[in-house]
Amino acid sequence: MKSHVWRPLYVVLLIIGAVLVVRKIMVPSDFGIGARGYMYGWHRPSNEEQWKEVKVKYRTAEYCKECHKDKYVEIKQSPHANINCENCHGPALGHPDDPKSLTINRNRELCARCHFRLEYPTSGRGHIRGIDPKTHHPELECVTCHWPHDPRKAGHAPSKSAAATPETGTGRLSASPATGPTTRERRGAHDIA
Amino acid sequence: MVHGEAWTVKEFFTYPNEYIYWTIQIVMYPFMTGLVAGAFVLSSLYHVFNVKELKGIARFSLVFSFALLPVAMLPLMLHLQQPQRGIEVMMTPHFTSAIAAFGIVFSTYGMIVASELWFVYRKHFVEEALKFRAIEERSLGEHLAHLLFSALTLGAYDVSHEALEADERAVKKLAACGIPVACFLHGYAGFIFGSVKANALWMTPLMPVIFICSAVVSGIALCLLAYIVTMEIRKLLAARKKAQYPNLPSPEELKSAETHVVTMTSKYLLIFMVAAITLELLDLIFRGYTAMKSWDILRNVIYHRDFINIFVIQYGCGNVLPFIMFLVPGLTVRRAALGSALVLLGVFMMRWNVVIGGQAFSSSLSGFMHYVMPIWPDDMESYKEGLFGALTVGIVPFVLFYLINKVMPVFKDTH
Amino acid sequence: MISRRNFCKKSLLIAGGLSIPLAALELFDPKRLLAEKADGKKTRWVFLVDTHKCVGCGFCVKGCKTENEIPYDANVTRTWVERYVITRDGQTHIDSPKGARDGFEDSRIDIGEGKFQEIKNEDIDKAFFVPKLCNQCDNPPCVQVCPVGATYQTADGVVLVDRSWCIGCGYCVMGCPYGVRFFHPVYHTAEKCNFCYHRISKGMNTACIDACAFGARRIGNIRDPDDPVTKVIMTERVNVLKEEYGTTPQVFYLGLTKEVK
Repeated sequence: MKSHVWRPLYVVLLIIGAVLVVRKIMVPSDFGIGARGYMYGWHRPSNEEQWKEVKVKYRTAEYCKECHKDKYVEIKQSPHANINCENCHGPALGHPDDPKSLTINRNRELCARCHFRLEYPTSGRGHIRGIDPKTHHPELECVTCHWPHDPRKAGHAPSKSAAATPETGTGRLSASPATGPTTRERRGAHDIA
Repeated sequence: MVHGEAWTVKEFFTYPNEYIYWTIQIVMYPFMTGLVAGAFVLSSLYHVFNVKELKGIARFSLVFSFALLPVAMLPLMLHLQQPQRGIEVMMTPHFTSAIAAFGIVFSTYGMIVASELWFVYRKHFVEEALKFRAIEERSLGEHLAHLLFSALTLGAYDVSHEALEADERAVKKLAACGIPVACFLHGYAGFIFGSVKANALWMTPLMPVIFICSAVVSGIALCLLAYIVTMEIRKLLAARKKAQYPNLPSPEELKSAETHVVTMTSKYLLIFMVAAITLELLDLIFRGYTAMKSWDILRNVIYHRDFINIFVIQYGCGNVLPFIMFLVPGLTVRRAALGSALVLLGVFMMRWNVVIGGQAFSSSLSGFMHYVMPIWPDDMESYKEGLFGALTVGIVPFVLFYLINKVMPVFKDTH
Repeated sequence: MISRRNFCKKSLLIAGGLSIPLAALELFDPKRLLAEKADGKKTRWVFLVDTHKCVGCGFCVKGCKTENEIPYDANVTRTWVERYVITRDGQTHIDSPKGARDGFEDSRIDIGEGKFQEIKNEDIDKAFFVPKLCNQCDNPPCVQVCPVGATYQTADGVVLVDRSWCIGCGYCVMGCPYGVRFFHPVYHTAEKCNFCYHRISKGMNTACIDACAFGARRIGNIRDPDDPVTKVIMTERVNVLKEEYGTTPQVFYLGLTKEVK
């Protein structure tokens, strides 16, 4: 080893040593091979817990039921039974603490997601009655005539104009339609393609 | 705008998350590593296989290969969304991924080239160190130069005949070891693409071999071109300073040496060009013949949308034309320079057609994506992944080469 | 010099002696036993999509974006819905405007670059919607190609991305045959559907399942033979996407046809 020929090798070993020291400092101590082996499980296990701790935004209708039982019952025995409250009212998050109230989305586009009529006989879409939003009362909100919690019922009365009722989202204010929560006949076929 | 949206135009049905994610920098990366590998192989042809005629260019290409090495990392650093974490490839490499090989291969290759350069230039370092040490009152610049060269000697001041012989033997061994490592440095880049089963254009076992062959082609062409340019500069300087330094070689002497080197190198260039084009055509013919599910859209991309890029520029200007230029008898230095430039264009377009071409169609095989390269940088992202980022990567090796030449002069021995 | 008999005796002894510790390692793998004991009933999450029921309302996409904090206006999404319209001339028209974030509110097919294709109702042979999400494959090519170990698969089969470790090279994005991966526009790391891991680990459903009013999406545990989803997968005609890639995807489809990409 006396020969000068080995000098570069010493430099190389020094560099490797430096890299290993940096590695010891930089890499989290639990990084390693997981349950799925080296190919599919090479990771930092503490990350799994981090993902489990992500905040839940949507609490599902079962959570809304605790306080808004009447609305829950109403919608559950209507054709809209399987629609989650939060689809139209946004995620519950920490409601009623934060946010204090949820929005009521009365946008036409929201209803048109399902009720824009598409003639697709081989899909569930083809069985949903619908309209063409461009021609069907484009000046009004859908809820003017249709009660979203039970589409068999009429919406807000025509006397209550299309101007939006204040958005409080609490069960108290979304007024019963002036015509009352009477069950009306199924709407006729005049709007259906 | 999400990453990729600014420069992707989607047509027909593509998956919503699909954009062109691997852009100009991923084209530059295999191009630069190809130049690195090719330059090294050229240098090794002299050191290992004793092709005496290549002595003039051997030292040149070795230094150039070293100048290209840090530049090979640059496109990756510009491409990564988290470049400060780039070092993780060396810290927690996942070797089932071809990219993880980068850390090991790059470091190994760097150390081999650096060591080889050390042995080649050790005598020069010793002479310079002693020269600066002899100066009584050193200026700051001279002091720094003295420190630098003393450090570079690594304390080995013995320049006796036996010591220099030992150096030569070490160079030979390193060059021999370095050839497979250089091939691996670029072969793994080909593997990165060839192993992606999700991409119908990239998936082929031929990809690593195609990349290696075209890498050697590009390395030789670049060294040839750079050599010619550097010789032109030398001839200019020799003519101008003839009066001051009469012992400098005359432009005529330089020219005859140059023509000889150029002719020899061109022969090797042609050999590897034939290998590269054979493999590429083989891949294309196989795809058309077997006509798998993806062939419909691939055919559209290759023969229709990318026709000019592939057949006119890459195969035509980048392969056929320089082939003819090098084979026609009476090869002049000027013709060799133009041929080399065209070869480099062809190799660059090959990288482009693989990387960008592979993203020209959607994984749905029912839609297309068109790459609009950002020209003028509006923000950091369009600089890094646009034309100016590519130009930066292209210019830096020459800057580095100029600086390294001051410490390790490439033309010292040949005159 | 050793006799032949002694040599045979000694070598058999050595071979036998060696095989015992090796066999012991095989029989009693303490790590594996411990894992199985701790898990009790092992879990492997699988997903079931019923394309007959999907109506293309896009509430799943909207819900996913909100639940998983993907910016609403960003043109990337962890899950999406594709529309297939096969016309009488045999042509297949496919689109997914903004990943169906706003549903499908146009009967014209979106073919990109601001252009649309009109389809006449009488020309439609079949039309249906196909929701897509990460398949959490058993042989995930995206995990295989990650150079630094930032993406990985958990013991219960979900593929996750470590946002603090991902270098953003995009190899996983290129490696996925299904196009489910993308770069998160805020975190600038790789991102994809993770079956709402924070929800399913608490016994909840994923956000997309809760948002779907038609029951097109379901999640289950394939290791539990009593799981209703498992029963459907075992007894009904289900299919998976791009089986030829060998990824063994764990999202099963009812009603998947040859036109689905």
